[in-house]
Formats: sequence, C-alpha cells, structure tokens
Amino acid sequence: MDVAIIGLGMHPFGRSPSMSGLEQGAAAARAALKDAGTDFKRMEFAFGGSQDSGNADSLVNLLGLTGLQFTNVANGCATGGSSLNAAYSAIKSGQYDIGLVVGFDKHDRGAFNPKPSDWGLDDWYGETGLMLTTQYFGMKIQRYMYDHNISKSTLIRVAEKAFRNGSLTPTAWRQTALSWEEIENAPMVSEPLNKYMFCSPAEGGCALVVCRADIAHKFHTQPIYLKTAVVRSRNYGSFEVFSPSQPPKVADSPTVTASQTAFELAGIGPEDIDVAQLQDTEVGAEIMHMAENGFCEHGEQEKWLADGVTEITGRLPVNTDGGCLANGEPVGASGLRQVHEVCTQLRGDGGARQVANDPKVGYTHVYGAPGISGVNILAR
Amino acid sequence: MVAAKPLHEGLFSWPTEIPNLIGSQCLDCGEYAFPKQNSCRACSGQNMTSADLGNAGNLWTWTVQSFMPKTPYHTHETQETFTPYGVGYIEMACGLKVESRLRENSPELLKIGMPMKLEIITVRTDDEGSDLLTFQFCAAEEQS
Repeated sequence: MDVAIIGLGMHPFGRSPSMSGLEQGAAAARAALKDAGTDFKRMEFAFGGSQDSGNADSLVNLLGLTGLQFTNVANGCATGGSSLNAAYSAIKSGQYDIGLVVGFDKHDRGAFNPKPSDWGLDDWYGETGLMLTTQYFGMKIQRYMYDHNISKSTLIRVAEKAFRNGSLTPTAWRQTALSWEEIENAPMVSEPLNKYMFCSPAEGGCALVVCRADIAHKFHTQPIYLKTAVVRSRNYGSFEVFSPSQPPKVADSPTVTASQTAFELAGIGPEDIDVAQLQDTEVGAEIMHMAENGFCEHGEQEKWLADGVTEITGRLPVNTDGGCLANGEPVGASGLRQVHEVCTQLRGDGGARQVANDPKVGYTHVYGAPGISGVNILAR
Repeated sequence: MVAAKPLHEGLFSWPTEIPNLIGSQCLDCGEYAFPKQNSCRACSGQNMTSADLGNAGNLWTWTVQSFMPKTPYHTHETQETFTPYGVGYIEMACGLKVESRLRENSPELLKIGMPMKLEIITVRTDDEGSDLLTFQFCAAEEQS
C-alpha cells in the first residue's frame, strides 16, 4: 500500500516563551489535522519524538485519550526521519490506514551539552572538553576542505543563502538576510566555522498526517506521496561525532548508504529531484551532504554555490525555507520541518520562496548523532 | 604533596618517563581502537588485546575550542581563566586516528599533516590534592 502525506502542521520555530515544548507539539498536531480536514479521534497510530521536552506520547493529554497506539521515537537529530520512517512502515505493511507523525522540542540557549554515559563513553571524554558537536563539525569540514579544495567563500555562500531564504519564510526564526561581510566577520566558534555558520538549538513543533494513498483524496486535494523513507546508521570507518578514535580507512557515511538505498527503492536518480532539504546544522554539513546524497561530485560544491545552482531560482533549490540555519533546530521537530517544506513546495504553496521549476519530486535528508541518516523521497 | 594520577585509568601508560597511548587490537581482524574496547567495532569479535599506540603521529584534522564548554567539562578553569584549546585527530603509526586536545590553539600554528607528540597535562586537582592527568598532543617540532 502506498503512503500519502495529507496534513502539514507547524508551530513556528524559534522562541515561544509562553508555551512548553509539548504545547508546541500539540499546536503543530492540531494544525496538521486541520490541514487534512480530520481530527485526532480518527488517528489509528502516532509516532512522536522530543529530545528535551518529555515523552511525546504525553500529547494525548492535550489532544485526547483515544486509545491509539502511540510510540515514542528517540534518534537524536534524526528523530523526525525515524518517526516518519516508522509511520511509512505502519501503513505500507497494511497494519494501519491513517496516523500522525509529530515532533517538538524546547532547548536551552547555547550549544548542547550531552552526557558521555548516554553515548557509551566514559566521563573523562566530556570532562576534558572533547564532547562538543561543534568541534566535530569544525574538524569534519576542515578535513573536507583540505581533501576537496573547498574555500571559505563557499562556507559564506551557504550561510548567505540560508538567511536570504529565511527572510522569505514567514515561519522562520531568522528572517533577516545577512551580508557577506556580516557573515565573514562574525565571531569564530570552531575553526573554520563562525557564529552565522552554525544553527542554534531552538523551539518548535511539526506534524504530518499520513494515510493510505488510495484514500488520500478524501482528505486533501493535493496529497503528496511518500515514495521511500530510509534510515541508516553508520558503518565502520564513517567519520562521526563523539568518536575518541577513527579507523584508518574512511568509509562512506550513513548519508551515502541511506541516499543510495532511497534512490534505488524509488527507481529514480538524483537528477530527477526538483527541490531538496539537506541537513545543515552548519554550513559544512550542507556542502558535504550535497555530494554524499549524490547530487554532485566531491569538490564540485565550490562551483555549484558560486553559480547559484542551489538557490531558490537555481536548478536544484536546497533548503528553500532557510534550513536549520535560519529555523534553528528543535531536535524532535527538525526532520519533519524538512518534509513540511518540501511538501509545501510540491503543493506550490511556497509564496515568496516558491521555487519556479514546477517541482514534481522532492527530497529530504536529515542527519543525527552518532551517525544516523534519514532520507525521504516525495512526489505529487 | 600527593602523587599525580590519571583522571581515567588506562588511556596512557603511567607512571613512566615517556608515556604512550594505550588502546586495543582485535586478534581476529587486526583493527585497533582507542580507548581500549572489549569487542571489535569492525568485526564484532571479542578477542581483544591491549595495544601500545605510541606517542607520536600526524595531525589529520583540527579545530579550536574558542568558548568554555558547559558541564560535563570539568577543569580548574573558570569563565575568567578559560584558555581556548585546539582539538584534533592524530594519525598514529598503526593508522588509527585518535581525538585529542592540542596545546596549539590558534589557526596559524595548526596545519593538517604536521608531526605531533604526546604530552601529559593536569586537568584539575582532586579533593585529596592529587593532580588529575590527561593526555594531549603538541607540535613535535619547535615552530618559528
């Protein structure tokens, strides 16, 4: 049974001082249900995730105690990808007809401070100052720039694009475009990445209603079909965060394996994608993910960014809503925001940021610690 | 004065004049790991032995930690006394790349491929007055 997305809901990312994370999740869920023209009582199952705002299944206290199966998902930054993947399987298998996927979070300001013991590491690793995702991102793109001749200008171009796209997106957290000079001269965080090259932990909620493709038109005039939903973890040799040591040989990342599998299952290739969301927790990630997802060769990003290929007006618009850089990252919701945005583009509802190439097929890629990637291919 | 001791046992040989990093090697597939592991990340085997990883290597990649990390970071530093530190991966003789603090903390002093050597530093002092030690790497050659 094919799977369709019939409801999109979001509680805008950023800061909502008067609302808990859970309430932001409930607001997103209500919006998605309304968009699908249905209600929570109709939901047969739900998958939800939140890193710092409690158990997702507590949402039933706000949405209604209807007795549905509600499973909590926890896969770091890839939580949204894993939740949608689980919902895809639930419908694909024939077990259920319709359900809800929801993610939300409300993080403190500043960088995440994970506990070593949660990641199978001893305390010394954190106490001596090695347990920071920002360091890993800096080191990964540092090596990548060395191996593939990527310049600092390309880092700046990605940040410029993100905030420009954010300025066109009413739900974005950062809606002010930044100049080249503002980005270039921002305070350094982790060489070579500065303040405007990182996304920040934020707040927000996002939800999707999914159902069997054959009943989708009863709910929405423009269902978006979820062609594939693939999640992969890291192979031995993949260069990942929170690794006290790395093997000699560098292996393909989980993004490469998830992406290749997704294209294979969908029976299409990267050249068939009209609009994409690629995980951009920092500018280096977007650059590396362009190649790891098969859209260009390693090193080719330098030219792609200079030529504007990934701009809203380009051949392959990437992160049209400003991505994580302009929206911030409420971990539980972030992967679903990507799907929300690609569905919005495929429906033609992107407003000032609507891509001009009449998109038919879209792509989302989320990546999380300690090496998980989720890829979705969507079509109208 | 109480004797200095490692913050975490088993990461490097101690006490000794020239400490080396200690990891493990899989007797089934030959792959190395740091810190020591009881099972192999490469082949899932459990036939592991301790391995001397040496005290020198080349810088594979690097960054600089410019702000004081939140907990679990736990050193003798305060917000006022915090000194930025380098972080990098050192490619050891066996090919394993080990993540480490670096003494060098400015981009001008760090270059991919440069030779690095191990040194032992104090993280903080415990309640009994013992210095707690960890490892870091620094440039193997004096830089002009």
